[in-house]
Amino acid sequence: MSQTIFLKNPAYIVGSFSVAGKREKQGPLGTTFNITEEDEYFGQNTHERAECEMFKMALEGAIGDSKISEDKIEVMLAGDLLNQITSSSFAARDFDIPFIGLYGACSTMALSLAVGSLLVSGGFVKNAVLASGSHFGTAERQYRMPLELGSTRPPTAQWTATGVGATVLSDGAVKGSPRITAVTFGKVVDWGEVDVNNMGSAMAPATADTITRHLRGTKTKPEDYDAIYTGDLGILGSKILRKLLKDEKINISKVHRDCGEMLYSEKQNRTQWQGASGCGCSAIVLNGYIMGKLQRGEYKKILFVATGALLSPVSSFQGNTIPGIAHAVVIEG
Amino acid sequence: MKTRQEERNEKYLEYVKSISPKSKMWPSLLWAFLVGGLICIVGQGLYMLYEHITPYDALGVGGLVAVTLIGIAAILTGLGVYDKIGKFAGGGSIIPITGFSNAATAAAMEHRKEGIIFGTMTNMFKIVGPVLVAGVALSMLVGFIYWIIWLF
Repeated sequence: MSQTIFLKNPAYIVGSFSVAGKREKQGPLGTTFNITEEDEYFGQNTHERAECEMFKMALEGAIGDSKISEDKIEVMLAGDLLNQITSSSFAARDFDIPFIGLYGACSTMALSLAVGSLLVSGGFVKNAVLASGSHFGTAERQYRMPLELGSTRPPTAQWTATGVGATVLSDGAVKGSPRITAVTFGKVVDWGEVDVNNMGSAMAPATADTITRHLRGTKTKPEDYDAIYTGDLGILGSKILRKLLKDEKINISKVHRDCGEMLYSEKQNRTQWQGASGCGCSAIVLNGYIMGKLQRGEYKKILFVATGALLSPVSSFQGNTIPGIAHAVVIEG
Repeated sequence: MKTRQEERNEKYLEYVKSISPKSKMWPSLLWAFLVGGLICIVGQGLYMLYEHITPYDALGVGGLVAVTLIGIAAILTGLGVYDKIGKFAGGGSIIPITGFSNAATAAAMEHRKEGIIFGTMTNMFKIVGPVLVAGVALSMLVGFIYWIIWLF
């Protein structure tokens, strides 16, 4: 049975906004973000507060971009990487909008788009605002080592992106607004990876599963999409994904791009290795770079597959393997 | 008997391993040797200096050298320099006493925002704690063995 959900009434993307940090600004997509900030603290005194501040900026920006007044937005769906998703829920207290916290690790942007578009498409809400993001400093502290520790990063490691992306969905189209027409939720897939420094390998099987199911469910081929964007598999993870799909006789090489691979320049990746990761990675690439292309009509139809590794520091210290997940949404321009 | 799933995972992880980039061993070793050696040379230089300018014996001078190196590393950590050295020096800057200082200072700085007691003091030995525990436990063990040998 097909596990793809087709939206008879599409959910329109009427507002989008991206906030990014200094390193992301220096990367090749630096000019596509709405706000980039040199100060890693965003005027706050901790990285955690900075992440929360980015959420506020992105949410306000997206709502402003949509030109829908705040009281007409019926629900906010947001999530981040921190324990108890404090960044997004703390940001939500400054808005007069009911809040649903989501956790999908780095797949949260696609998860929120998927859930939000179902709510809008089903006629349960007229307008919804979604957000997802991460901060390098907070993720390092939670998952890895203190920032000033003089340790080396293994060559399979990725770099958590600093940034928040927000999107406003609506049941009514504004001229030229892209729309979400189908959704495939991901299964939790675990092929036994235990290395916390090889997230690409942990997430690739889940991504391959979601893409395979999506293409079969929608009876489409990779070439039917102008691009298939994966979230943050990184350089190595993308290679693994293409191989896994090839085993299923699916060749996505021509249309596949990975947000984690794109966010930083080759020179930056000489020390950051496999590229970017984190909730913010796919969120800012979607709401910055990809949305621009959709709005300019350069893309007619894309598949956006954000990917997440569902581990915690405790689970990995206790020797558990790392399950992955990937959610897919079809965005048509 | 392996299940099909286990077999699939094994095959997958083998494939991942085969295409994952490895750390370059020889450059890493060279950098570790150079930086680690440099730290030791600085230590030796300080030792010779202190022998001249202080009235202490070998034990006292050794202590002074250690304290100086720990101090320098802590300051370099605070200035955000030590982690940059560590990125290419690897074990060369982790294993000497300066690495110990860096790990304690980095943890203390990282958790300063949670307050002096529950932040800095609680977390300061988060990374270097195992070294202390292993040091104390092993010295007890060695002391015990020593004592038994002297009984006979």
